[in-house]
Amino acid sequence: MVEQIDLTMVNWARAQFALTAMYHWIFVPLTLGLSFLIAFFESIYVKTENEEWKKIAKFWMILFGINFAIGVATGIILEFEFGTNWSNYSWMVGDIFGAPLAVEGIAAFFLEATFFAVMFFGWERVSKKFHLFSTWMVAIGSNLSALWILVANGWMQFPTGMAFNPDTARFEMQDFWAVLFSPVAISKFTHTTSSGFLLASLFVITISSWYLLKGRHIQMAKKSILVAAVFGLLASAYVGFTGDEAAYNDAHKQPMKLAAFEGLYDGEKGAGLMAAGIINNSKKVNDDQDAFHLEIRIPGLLSLLANRKLGSFVPGIKDLVYGNEKENIMGASEKIKKGKAALEQLALYKKAKKSGDNAGAEATLTVFNQNKDYLGFGYLNAPEEAVPPVPLVYYAFHIMVALGGLFPIIFLLYLFFTLKGTIIHQKWLLALGVISVFLGFVASQCGWIVAEVGRQPWAIQDLLPVTVARSNLTAGTVQTTFFMFLAIFTLLLIAEIRIMLKQIQIGPEGK
Amino acid sequence: MFGNLDTTTLQQLWWIIDSLVGSLFLFLIFVQGGQTLLWQLGKTDVEKSLIINSLGRKWEITFTTLVLFGGALFAAFPKFYATSFGGAYWVWILILFTFIIQAVSYEFRKKPNNFLGEKVYELFLFINGSVGILLIGAAVGTFFTGSNFVLNEYNLVTWTNPLRGLEAAFSLFNLSLGLFLVFNARVLGAMYLLNNIDFTGHEDFEARTRRSILVNFLWSLPFLLYFVISLVVMDGFGFDPKTGIVAMVSGKYLGNLLSMPLVLILLLAGLVLVIWGVVTTGFRGKNNGIWFGGLGTVLVGLAVFFTAGFNNTAFYPSKAALQSSLTIYNASSSHYTLTAMSYVALIVPVVLAYIAYVWYLMDARKISAVEVTGKQADEMY
Repeated sequence: MVEQIDLTMVNWARAQFALTAMYHWIFVPLTLGLSFLIAFFESIYVKTENEEWKKIAKFWMILFGINFAIGVATGIILEFEFGTNWSNYSWMVGDIFGAPLAVEGIAAFFLEATFFAVMFFGWERVSKKFHLFSTWMVAIGSNLSALWILVANGWMQFPTGMAFNPDTARFEMQDFWAVLFSPVAISKFTHTTSSGFLLASLFVITISSWYLLKGRHIQMAKKSILVAAVFGLLASAYVGFTGDEAAYNDAHKQPMKLAAFEGLYDGEKGAGLMAAGIINNSKKVNDDQDAFHLEIRIPGLLSLLANRKLGSFVPGIKDLVYGNEKENIMGASEKIKKGKAALEQLALYKKAKKSGDNAGAEATLTVFNQNKDYLGFGYLNAPEEAVPPVPLVYYAFHIMVALGGLFPIIFLLYLFFTLKGTIIHQKWLLALGVISVFLGFVASQCGWIVAEVGRQPWAIQDLLPVTVARSNLTAGTVQTTFFMFLAIFTLLLIAEIRIMLKQIQIGPEGK
Repeated sequence: MFGNLDTTTLQQLWWIIDSLVGSLFLFLIFVQGGQTLLWQLGKTDVEKSLIINSLGRKWEITFTTLVLFGGALFAAFPKFYATSFGGAYWVWILILFTFIIQAVSYEFRKKPNNFLGEKVYELFLFINGSVGILLIGAAVGTFFTGSNFVLNEYNLVTWTNPLRGLEAAFSLFNLSLGLFLVFNARVLGAMYLLNNIDFTGHEDFEARTRRSILVNFLWSLPFLLYFVISLVVMDGFGFDPKTGIVAMVSGKYLGNLLSMPLVLILLLAGLVLVIWGVVTTGFRGKNNGIWFGGLGTVLVGLAVFFTAGFNNTAFYPSKAALQSSLTIYNASSSHYTLTAMSYVALIVPVVLAYIAYVWYLMDARKISAVEVTGKQADEMY
């Protein structure tokens, strides 16, 4: 099906996609959360008619606008990169993947784009109520935009509601609702958007804390903190809850990802959850080295999280690569055989069809159907290729979780001292607050590393490896565009940060 | 409802929907056209502010329409999406690049400490409006002139020209379409500004804007004529509906226009409307030309897309391997997906309605110099 695979090209294409996605994800979570925070501020203003709240809403809106523009700029590239860099993917799954993308455009982007203009320029042009309505529409529109692309991503992690059509050599949708309501899609959406709420709350806390430390805009900062701390605290709880759901889904739909982010090579009953550990970077699946230089596990907890049952079996990387008969786990080695059989039968089917041998085609199709669930494995040469880069995924996951545990504590402390009226005197907390948004960014990016690097080598879990999903481009071409995007995104990021810092310095009082 | 339609009908329906989105985009690039007029029409800071703020309330709709055009093509004709974007790599990457730099420019241009300076952001807007639109036109031109790709039996694409799509810009036909779009966008841009700005106290500015409609229309004419004349005399890519075999057909596109009189009417009516828009703003002192020019552009766009895709025509033909050419029948999604998407498309009228309502509210009062210099000035672009 694919004659030769240029690995350097694939890696550059991945690098380019990762670059775009990571830049995009600097701006988008802020958009997701800030839009709601602004809607809260403006709602309080409309309710209380206190101009102070309007000023607060307008101030955060300025920062929102600066951030929004660059989120849009990186977003359009992501949409088209599916075509430019992953054209085989676009063909093979376009029948399913294209639909949520189009719905996103129709149902969500226009909501955002239309009401954005009212939110920014409509203060004097529409009524107070309609303005508030528009602000809410921007918040809802932004988050709906996230819904559809995350449904698409969820489908890549857990392909469902579709079937392979051997005549067109692509996957075709059979059940739109199964795609939309797939448990992976739902937990992807809830976990990702709530992490955006959390990050935006930290953003408000960071800037407000800086004002309090400098003794500027004290009333505004305190009011902003109060709303952000409540929103952040609720978001944190929800992030934790949906994160647990996501891990549970991983255990059942993508067990290799779970094994990788836990650094679990040998599966066991009553597996322990890694509390802290230094991983052995040179460890390979097929050697006898220790996986960790140092490890502290909480006994039994991983089994509980993965299967909601203490003492249950959690498969390790080795079980998934080589199989484990006792636990009835088919290894990648076995799946590769089946995948290769599927590919072979598909080629024979095509040949028989071409020569008009319908009976022959029918016969090959039967064998193909027995093996089609492992189609993607047919492109792998060794079972070890089914393992993602363990150390990166492991550290990304544990940094994310550790920070995820810290944030609710920060929000709680802020809430406590704000209600007590002494927040301005807690210099140590304000100092921690000032750096907190950067920790939020680290956690947020780590989350995506777990999700995306953790599913390597797959573009579509078990069905399509990234090596086959690619476009037919030379490594040099993709390398060139990689550096073009790197240069322009970095330039724009610098501009954005400088503009934002200046606006923060100017503050809500205006120039 | 849609589930009972046969695949062919759904494929045609989706070609109509995608053509409509594409044609609306060709109208909405009045934003891009307006961007290229910034230096020419705006002689003072206030005038420039008026232009930027007037366009700045609309740019996102244009941008979103482009995104939707991409998404809708992906969903309805994934083989086109995969073949064109993955194949004509450079032309699409460059187009996208001009849209990245556009997206930040409105917001960043006037902000203090903006790193690159006001002029650079204005240059970004100019590049988006000129190079970006030119390349889009050239890419659409390949619907008629063909591209250089081969699809294998698994429908995976190999591009056979090392320029990866940029070769499209070296055809006079494609280039003419591109340049026509650039000048037409400028005509529409000037018409929009004329309708959207309160020129009180800036009569020179108004006169310049009015004049530029006429001048840019005259500039667009030779390219339009070259495009239309070439189109009706050139050989085209037809296919046999029974076998699906693609072959060169002489006078194919003229044949399409004649055998689909409705399309011919759309084309002629569209051109007349654009001309009327120019006449009414240029000579009769009216400000409402944008509605005629806009509707006219949509109709011309529809005619172009329908000529490319209907009447057994390959809409994305391959010069390198005729039988790899894409038709709306071999490039589409499955019956199920087209059906599901059709239900989703039912909300499009709702979307259009709220956009129209919001624009009505926002444009009820024209944007004035007082607004961009007064106490609200800090909140403006």
